[in-house]
Amino acid sequence: MIRIENINKSFDGVEVLSGINHEFSPGKTNLVIGRSGSGKTVLLKILVGLMQPSEGKVWYEKIDFSTLDKKEVRALRMEVGMLFQGSALFDSLTVEQNIRFPLDMFTNWTTKEKLDRVNYCLERVNLTGVNKKYPSETSGGMQKRVGIARAIVLNPKYLFCDEPNSGLDPKTALLIDELIQDITYENQITTIVNTHDMNSVMEIGDNVMLLSGGKVAWTGTKEDVIASDNAVLQDFIFASPFLKRLRVAALEQQQNPQQQK
Amino acid sequence: MKFNFFYHFGRYVYMMAQALARPEKFSMYWKETIRQMEAISVGSVIIVVLISIFIGAVSALQFCYQLDGQLIPMYYVGYIVRDLAIIESAPTITCLVLAGKVGSNIAAEIGGMRQKEHIDAMEIMGVNTAAYLVTPKVIAAIFVIPLLVTIAAFVGIIGGYLASVPAGYLTDMEYMRGLRAYFEPYNVFIMYVKSVVFAFMITSISAFFGYYVTGGSIELGKASTNAVVIGNIFILAGDYFIALILT
Repeated sequence: MIRIENINKSFDGVEVLSGINHEFSPGKTNLVIGRSGSGKTVLLKILVGLMQPSEGKVWYEKIDFSTLDKKEVRALRMEVGMLFQGSALFDSLTVEQNIRFPLDMFTNWTTKEKLDRVNYCLERVNLTGVNKKYPSETSGGMQKRVGIARAIVLNPKYLFCDEPNSGLDPKTALLIDELIQDITYENQITTIVNTHDMNSVMEIGDNVMLLSGGKVAWTGTKEDVIASDNAVLQDFIFASPFLKRLRVAALEQQQNPQQQK
Repeated sequence: MKFNFFYHFGRYVYMMAQALARPEKFSMYWKETIRQMEAISVGSVIIVVLISIFIGAVSALQFCYQLDGQLIPMYYVGYIVRDLAIIESAPTITCLVLAGKVGSNIAAEIGGMRQKEHIDAMEIMGVNTAAYLVTPKVIAAIFVIPLLVTIAAFVGIIGGYLASVPAGYLTDMEYMRGLRAYFEPYNVFIMYVKSVVFAFMITSISAFFGYYVTGGSIELGKASTNAVVIGNIFILAGDYFIALILT
C-alpha cells in the first residue's frame, strides 16, 4: 500500500499539485488519469522519489519516504519496478542484458540463475527469441514489454507505469494493459499507472483517481465511471461526441435492461 | 542568463561526493571501467599521435629557424623539443584535445541518458547513478590519459627529429646529444602530475555537464560545448597553478 498525504508541488511559484491525498491499494491496478499537464507525471515522480514535494508525505506501508536517507531510499527502490513512457531501455545493451542489469547489479546469482530468471520474465510478457536483439531492433510494443520484464525481474512490491500505452496501436495497448493487470493480480503488488487512455480506464481501472488542475477531481472504480455525473470526469473520459452518445446508450441499457433484450 | 558559479560548483561537489560512495557491486564497476578505458584509449590514440608529431615537428623547425646563425649550439633544438614535449605540449595540448574529444563524448553520452530517462530508470532500480556513470570514467581516464601523454611526448620528440634532421638543419648526432643534455627526471614527474590532474578535470567536468542536462537536443549540444569550453579553461588554469607550485 502507498499513501500520499497533502502533497503540494510548485515550480517557480506555479502550483502543479495541490493538497493531494490518496491511498493506492495492493493487488489492484491504481490509475492516475488526467489531461496533459494535469500533474500526473510530477505526482509519479514524487511517488518514486525522483522529485521532492514542496509539502506533504509519501508513505510506503508504514515508512515515511521523506525520512529515509540515500541508502535507505536505494534499499526501498529494490522493491520498486517502473515502466517508463519511452521504455528507457539502455541502447548499448541487448534485451537480455537490459533485463539482467538489476540482477547483475544487486544479486550474487549464477549466470544460469540469471538467465533462467530473464527467460521467465520474457516468457511472462509473451516475448521469446529476442534475447540477443538490441532495443533499436524491436518494435514499440516489444520495447514496452521488455520494459515490463525489466521492471518485474527483481519481484517488486510496487510497480509504476508512466503512460504505458503511449504510441501504441489500440490492440497492442490492450495487451500491455492486460499484462500489467495480470502481473498485479498474480503477485499482489501495488501498481500505479499514469494514463490518459480511456480504454485503459475502462479495462483495468480497479481504482481511478482523476487529476485536474493539480487537484483530485474524482476518485472511483471503472464501474463508477459511466454512472458518475462528475462533469470533469465525463468531459475527460467521453471527450468526443461519439463517446458521449456511447455513454448515453450505456446508461439507458443499465436503466432498462429488459428493453435492450 | 545569469551564471551562478557557486550554485554550479555546489552541484559539482555534491555529484562528486555521491560518485565516491561505495559501489553496489565491484564487478559491474570494474567492467564499466575497462569499457571506458578502451573507449578513451583506442578512440584517441590516432588523434594524439597526429597532433603530437606535428607539434614536435613545428617546434623543431621554429627553433632551428630561431637558433640559425646564433651563438647557441644547434643541439639545443633537441633539448628544447624534449623539454617542451615533456613539460608542456604532451600533457597540456594533448589534454586540451582530449577535453574536446573525450569530454564532449562523455557529456553527450550522460546527457543523452538523462534525456532518455535511462538515469531515472537506474535510480529507480536503486543504482547510485553518479557513482556508476562518473567514477568508472574518472578512474579509466586517470589511468589511460597519462599513457596517452607518454605516447604524445615520445611521438613529439620523434616528430622534431623527422622535421629537422632529414631536412639538414642539424645532424642526427646533434639532435641525440640535445635529447640527452640537462635531462631532469623531475620534469617527467611534472608531466604525470599534470596528466592525472587534467584527466580528472576532463572527465568530472564533462560528466557534470551531462549529468545535470535538462531540456532537449539544443540543451544537450550546449552542455557538450560547455563541457569542452569549461574543461579547457580549467586545464589552462590548472597548468598555470601546477607550474607555479612544482617549479
